[in-house]
Amino acid sequence: MKILAALIRRDLTLAWRQGGGVGTAAGFFLTVVVLLPLGIGPDQVLLQRIAPGALWIALLLSVLLSADSIYQTDFEDGSLELMTMGPAPLEMVVLAKAFAHWLAAGLPLAILAPMLGFLLNLAPELVLPLTVAMVIGSVSLSLLASLGAAVIVGLRRGGVLVSLLILPLYVPVLIFGVSASRGALAGPDIFAPSLLILLAISLVALVSVPVASAAAIRAYLK
Amino acid sequence: MELTGRNLACERGGRQVFAALNFTVAAGHALILRGPNGAGKTSLLRMIAGLIEPAEGEFVLQGGHQDLEPGQQAHLVAHQEALKPALTVEENLQFWAGFLGGGDIERALEALNLTALAGFSAGLLSAGQKRRLALARLALVPRAIWLLDEPSVGLDAASQVKLQALVHTHLEKGGIVVAATHTELGIRDAATLDFSELAA
Repeated sequence: MKILAALIRRDLTLAWRQGGGVGTAAGFFLTVVVLLPLGIGPDQVLLQRIAPGALWIALLLSVLLSADSIYQTDFEDGSLELMTMGPAPLEMVVLAKAFAHWLAAGLPLAILAPMLGFLLNLAPELVLPLTVAMVIGSVSLSLLASLGAAVIVGLRRGGVLVSLLILPLYVPVLIFGVSASRGALAGPDIFAPSLLILLAISLVALVSVPVASAAAIRAYLK
Repeated sequence: MELTGRNLACERGGRQVFAALNFTVAAGHALILRGPNGAGKTSLLRMIAGLIEPAEGEFVLQGGHQDLEPGQQAHLVAHQEALKPALTVEENLQFWAGFLGGGDIERALEALNLTALAGFSAGLLSAGQKRRLALARLALVPRAIWLLDEPSVGLDAASQVKLQALVHTHLEKGGIVVAATHTELGIRDAATLDFSELAA
């Protein structure tokens, strides 16, 4: 546990000092959310209707923005090789790195997003369901992003490729995330099941992503 | 403790790098790998570290931790220094100490003469200083097998002496050193494995 804590602490320090973490992602998020009403026009009813979906799409893209850096520098400077020689299994190392990415990008954005909802005339009673859905959904967003980063780790300039590989995998998160975000407005018989499915997606990702990422990284190092 | 390689073969990208390689290093001894570029010295080190699979043959480690791979009982100092330029010298060592299960940062800084640089960002270090910081990992966390890939590249005379002392202390404690080098490292009683003879 101490071992993984050392890794998480280092990744958070690096994210903080080098930027590319929450700062850039939050700036990107803000820009997308500001641009949207400019493009659509000041139709308040329309904005209110699309607000949850628009915030979710902005969240997906912002989380992806910092994804390719999860393993890239560690691969290039040889740290990743040494991590495979450490006492912790690579699956746990990978999970710790995904967790650090969630702490540095996924979680702050999920909390920030509903607050930016006022720019899109988000209905006030949706703020809480949206926050809950985004915090749960962002776990799988960070995990899947780290899987994409692991798959392209040996490629130069693989950033765009991560987006191409991972965005399709985000579709279920988006669908159930949005339907959970509509919360009480959509009726309780839609809100609760959507939230549970979102939770299930995150749990499945939690179990399967470390195994897949570790396998991808081992294949590259060989 | 004894590390043995039996009938090892290495294939990289479909090309046979070496075959039928045998070696034995006992505790307290060093094995120096010599040979032309591309002869497979680095590949052998990475094989012992468990980073690449041998195409044939196997490693046997007698007397180490039975439930750990040889690679998990080894330090590898390769060409890539595994340093983060955004962290200070001390923070870099702190991370590896934590990640590798605890180590003595003061001693590691001392061993490679880095104490004065402890608060500097690693991105500001010269090539030789970076190498010293990478080598400091050896003194940081005790591990039985040291795999060194041209460890003296970029080191000044004083640091080379420090490295020699570090290696000798490790050997006296019963450690194993496998080092690939083109220069003279000045390690006492070291056996040599010459790759140029293998190719023939």
